[in-house]
Amino acid sequence: MVVVTGISGNLGRVVAKLLHRTERVAGIDRRPFIGKPKDVEHFQIDLRKKKTDEVFRRLPVKAIVHMGIMHDPRMSAEDHHSFNVLGTTRVLECAAKFGVKKLVVLSSANVYGPSPENSNFLTEEAPLMAASRFPSVRDLIEVDMLAHGFFWRQPSVETVVLRPVHIVGPTIKNAPSNYLRLKRPMTLMGFDPMVQLIHMFDVGAALVRALQPGLKGVYNVTGPGEVPLSACFRELGARPVPVPHPLARGLLSTMFRYRLASYPPEELDHIQFLCMVDGGRWRKETDWQPAFSVRDTIRAVVSDLS
Amino acid sequence: MGLGDSVKDSLRQWTLAMGGEDLDERLRGNRSENEYGVDPFGFSLDYALSAVGPLLWLYKHYFRARTFGIEHVPAGRVLLVSNHGGQLPFDGMMIGCAILTEAKPPRVVRSMVEKWVGSLPFVSTFFSRIGQIVGTPENCRRLLEADEAILVFPEGVKGISKLYAQRYQLQDFGLGFMRLALETKTPIVPVAVIGNEEQAPALLNLKPIGKLFGMPAFPITPYGLPLPLPTKYRIYFGEPLHFSGRGDDEDAELEKKVKVVKGAIQSMLEKGLAERKGIFF
Repeated sequence: MVVVTGISGNLGRVVAKLLHRTERVAGIDRRPFIGKPKDVEHFQIDLRKKKTDEVFRRLPVKAIVHMGIMHDPRMSAEDHHSFNVLGTTRVLECAAKFGVKKLVVLSSANVYGPSPENSNFLTEEAPLMAASRFPSVRDLIEVDMLAHGFFWRQPSVETVVLRPVHIVGPTIKNAPSNYLRLKRPMTLMGFDPMVQLIHMFDVGAALVRALQPGLKGVYNVTGPGEVPLSACFRELGARPVPVPHPLARGLLSTMFRYRLASYPPEELDHIQFLCMVDGGRWRKETDWQPAFSVRDTIRAVVSDLS
Repeated sequence: MGLGDSVKDSLRQWTLAMGGEDLDERLRGNRSENEYGVDPFGFSLDYALSAVGPLLWLYKHYFRARTFGIEHVPAGRVLLVSNHGGQLPFDGMMIGCAILTEAKPPRVVRSMVEKWVGSLPFVSTFFSRIGQIVGTPENCRRLLEADEAILVFPEGVKGISKLYAQRYQLQDFGLGFMRLALETKTPIVPVAVIGNEEQAPALLNLKPIGKLFGMPAFPITPYGLPLPLPTKYRIYFGEPLHFSGRGDDEDAELEKKVKVVKGAIQSMLEKGLAERKGIFF
């Protein structure tokens, strides 16, 4: 039995569909699971609540895929923090208490943070600097570190922390996917950083691969390649509007405050500076390869699911 | 990027006219670019061939560069270690031009640029597309392992912002390049550039003003801006130096080896300065 937290989200559904034919799958999410395969058991509960323990007590859980992590910039920082950090703490407790063999935690390459001083390809050992400029990712870093700490504290549980690059997909509503969908996106004049994207199906496959017995550790997961941001927009036929960066920051923070923009101004760092990672270790140890090409990955943001 | 396609194309023709019609093929051979024409570091041969036109013109007609010992540049991984000066990094660009057009085979040199370059609009993108990257040890290691040619200026900012009175006096060398050379078993080719340190004779360096603009230096020349005069460039490549040892050796051990490199550059500088007849010819 594999427990998938956050199963009702885009990635959760992908993982459920990849897994349910070969494994018994149970989902935990406070949202309903629309389009749930019949053989998947769904528990519509809040991960932070005591009821979570009940699921683990009742079911013979061998493995957990934990992606019950919220990224909505519109939620208050407190809700965010409480949900992500307390939810993860609960999952880790259950993993230790109920003899779970395997724990896969979805983190993100964003934990390293974009910076003009970054090496082009950060390895897993690079410090998690994102919070220094972007306080709202603090809890994502905390989730990563909780899982990382658990890896050392609980050697009986094979813990895998995956840090994929920007996840894109037709139904994905995260900041990078939304940004790439814009017809007239704002870009920063004179900046065209290299970016790494990965298709949500490739991330789903990587999460499933991480369940492989014997595998443990922290891994960056990269998609098919690196491209300049401008190349993505050329591929998508969008016409960027370059704005000088000091102006852009002011503009975006005003727009965000009045809810005219869906990203906080700190996100601008991602279209100004590098935040790329080296996914070599993961590929070497698992033989996992992305199935989608660079072009298909970029185009995923505008394609239909069918 | 800003450049219209026709401008880009004519710049490219200009580059090929000065660098040889087959420059494109000779360079493309061993490079890995994806369907968007860039390598993982953001280098684009297409962009670079357009962008280096003006630099090749400077190389041939403005600085009238002459190279000596270019045959010492090997084909595989190599660290080129050079003196640095002249306020703006034309020395780096000219060494790049020399190896791009005169080395056999022609190569793209990647140099390690100051970290603050990454925060500059246009410059950061331009540097990235022509293969120059932020100078972190990880970047350097990764490129050497991919058998690239890397140019480093161990004098750093202290070197480039030398005043006129300090010209051709090598400043303290960092140890980082030696550590990387030992770790990756890379030969070091010492390079001495003459002409660069007189191109923009700085009388003083107003560091506090530089700081105000986020720049590491703020040089003042007799004519104000640190624009280069048409000094005659002479670029000397020395025989490759092979060192053995460990990258994590004590600093004192590394310093001895760095001294050998520094000595090689110093003696090439002295020889070059003695040989030349004047600054401008």
